[in-house]
Amino acid sequence: MAQLTRRAAALNKSLPAAILAARGLATASTSPITVETSLPFTAHKIDPPSRSVETSSQELLTFFRDMALMRRMEIAADSLYKAKLIRGFCHLYDGQEAVCVGMEAAINRKDCIITAYRDHCIFLGRGGTLLEAFAELMGRKDGCSKGKGGSMHFYKKEGGFYGGHGIVGAQVPLGCGLAFAQKYSKDESVTFAMYGDGAANQGQLFEALNMAALWDLPAILVCENNHYGMGTAEWRAAKSPAYYKRGDYVPGLKVDGMDALAVKQACKFAKEHALKNGPIILEMDTYRYHGHSMSDPGSTYRTRDEISGVRQERDPIERIRKLVLAHDIATEKELKDTEKEVRKEVDEAIAQAKESPMPDPSELFTNVYVKGLGTESFGADRKEVRTVLP
Amino acid sequence: MAAALLHGVGSTTPLSSVNYNNSRRSLPERKRASFLIQCYGSLLPGSKIGINRAAKLSTNAVTTKQDNVTASTTSKPGHELLLFEALREGLEEEMERDPRVCVMGEDVGHYGGSYKVTKGLADKYGDLRVLDTPIAENSFTGMGIGAAMTGLRPIVEGMNMGFLLLAFNQISNNCGMLHYTSGGQFEIPIVIRGPGGVGRQLGAEHSQRLESYFQSIPGIQMVACSTPYNAKGLMKAAIRSDNPVILFEHVLLYNLKERVPDEEYVLNLEEAEMVRMGEHVTILTYSRMRYHVMQAAKTLVNKGYDPEVIDIRSLKPFDLHTIGNSVKKTHRVVIVEECMRTGGIGASLTASINEHFHDYLDAPIVCLSSQDVPTPYAGTLEDWTVVQPAQIVATVEQLCQ
Repeated sequence: MAQLTRRAAALNKSLPAAILAARGLATASTSPITVETSLPFTAHKIDPPSRSVETSSQELLTFFRDMALMRRMEIAADSLYKAKLIRGFCHLYDGQEAVCVGMEAAINRKDCIITAYRDHCIFLGRGGTLLEAFAELMGRKDGCSKGKGGSMHFYKKEGGFYGGHGIVGAQVPLGCGLAFAQKYSKDESVTFAMYGDGAANQGQLFEALNMAALWDLPAILVCENNHYGMGTAEWRAAKSPAYYKRGDYVPGLKVDGMDALAVKQACKFAKEHALKNGPIILEMDTYRYHGHSMSDPGSTYRTRDEISGVRQERDPIERIRKLVLAHDIATEKELKDTEKEVRKEVDEAIAQAKESPMPDPSELFTNVYVKGLGTESFGADRKEVRTVLP
Repeated sequence: MAAALLHGVGSTTPLSSVNYNNSRRSLPERKRASFLIQCYGSLLPGSKIGINRAAKLSTNAVTTKQDNVTASTTSKPGHELLLFEALREGLEEEMERDPRVCVMGEDVGHYGGSYKVTKGLADKYGDLRVLDTPIAENSFTGMGIGAAMTGLRPIVEGMNMGFLLLAFNQISNNCGMLHYTSGGQFEIPIVIRGPGGVGRQLGAEHSQRLESYFQSIPGIQMVACSTPYNAKGLMKAAIRSDNPVILFEHVLLYNLKERVPDEEYVLNLEEAEMVRMGEHVTILTYSRMRYHVMQAAKTLVNKGYDPEVIDIRSLKPFDLHTIGNSVKKTHRVVIVEECMRTGGIGASLTASINEHFHDYLDAPIVCLSSQDVPTPYAGTLEDWTVVQPAQIVATVEQLCQ
């Protein structure tokens, strides 16, 4: 539970204490509540974990606030993109927040997460601030990558977040490398290598999986199956859309990715398994409301009815809201207030990010090499600069 | 006291009596004859190839110990090593020094490395530290990069540089660019090494020169070793460097023998090596072509020319300081390389020298490169794709008129 209070504290950094007390988060109890997941887990070559998840009112409120924050951030990014303050590619995560939030609840900051380009919310989950996120999206100096990365290249080294990768599937071998390093250093931590249903058809994924299984690396491969790989539905791209079974000799678990508690249970289970037995695949059955990216309306390959249907029946924030109300943890009004605060927080961050300057032109040449090597010629002991190469 | 350099160029296969049934390494099996020397003169098209004509090369041809080399052999006797042994020694010293250094590649562990560079290391350091990977270049290179992101210092071995084309995405996007796109948060202290270049009738796919494809990738450093002395020094420097370094070895140079110092030495990654000082013309070269150039230099000296030979060693970035000083002295440049004519290292170097030292040139730069063809299997055809000493001699004669 310590990690939850830490997370709650981190998120509430900007809020004055008065609101904190009024909302009751500080006084929310940590006594356990047991909730059943919406669907049972489907397992491949392993015994699935139980459907009963232990949670607490504090955790549920934290889930609600975190997901509301993420949702608000993505919607705000949508408007910023249309206002041409964000350029290039922008891949939004709204609808999939439960995967990120549930995963964070099950792990600590020593565990590593690596994902593809739909990384804004996972960055927040790993300790990134709204200012860093918006500044990076707008290409400003205060961004997490100093404005040099952009939407697809969010990283947070202290938070154990390894990015943020544009090329589909390339992050999975990197993730196995992270797991290799964890095994090499005997860290007792795991790596979550996330990818989508589109990337699940990449060869390098199976290569990496083979190696992870061969050497029992503590790698957990998480397939965020939102059923559309860019503009193509999964049944048109994959002969076998049962991604959790694709590991063959590697056990797999299919999880309802719109249920944060199910995700938390699955990730906890996967972490225990990976530390003892090696890799496991988690398939998160989730959905994205936006298109693949901001240049994709998202309605040419699926119907608006489908999108609104999922929003009505399976929305992750609504599910937590119902739970909170059902267990009398907070009132309707308090939740609405939370959402208003979150909105205000996001607006403030955007305003602050807009103030942030563009990177200095000299930044074009920094961070290409470490310590200027490559343009300077050092002595053999690498201490004395012999000359600067033209 | 220059050590006599015996070229084992004729016996080019790895020193193993194991039969190569693996179709990937389709090298003909040859017995290792000690110090078999193939005279370069016999490689001229139309002449007979005489294998058993032992000719001791003159010590002037390759000045490894005389001039500006930092470590001297006068203090201690040094020890003789073959190039692959020098690489292994450098690797082992670094693994001993830093527990984060690890090796991964195909056949590096139990087999000992297809060119014996990692022989014995798996027994000493264990299977996790000298890791036998499956044949999956894309993902084990990616794995190495991921491990480097956390602070390990992996050395990824490509069994042949040509196979690393499969890992191009990982090398370009993740290895080269991650330091930049993360705003400096992650360093990638990885070394990617392997043999490349034209061998003895290895066929087109196993005779590629990858330095021309990799040279545009921002964020990486590239070095090419050519002697046991610089192989060991560059290997150590590459491992200690915090930047990703690609170390190009050559299939035909693994059996070169040389005396290396006993004391520890690390070379400079960004510096070129002055092989022979001269006055008339600057010949820039690297890797195997260094030996063709030195063979040609012998002929040129006999004809009264005085070429300055520089082994550029650092392919990215170029050591324009050393090269520039040489150009300012001689005013004529010949580049001899094994890359293709189009888009090779020579092309970039020509552009670079023209840009920086145009005023010092008396004549246009001549760049001798391999032909823009896939390397044929037939021995005679293969010889014609690569630059031969006779061509170098003719070029210099014409340039110095």
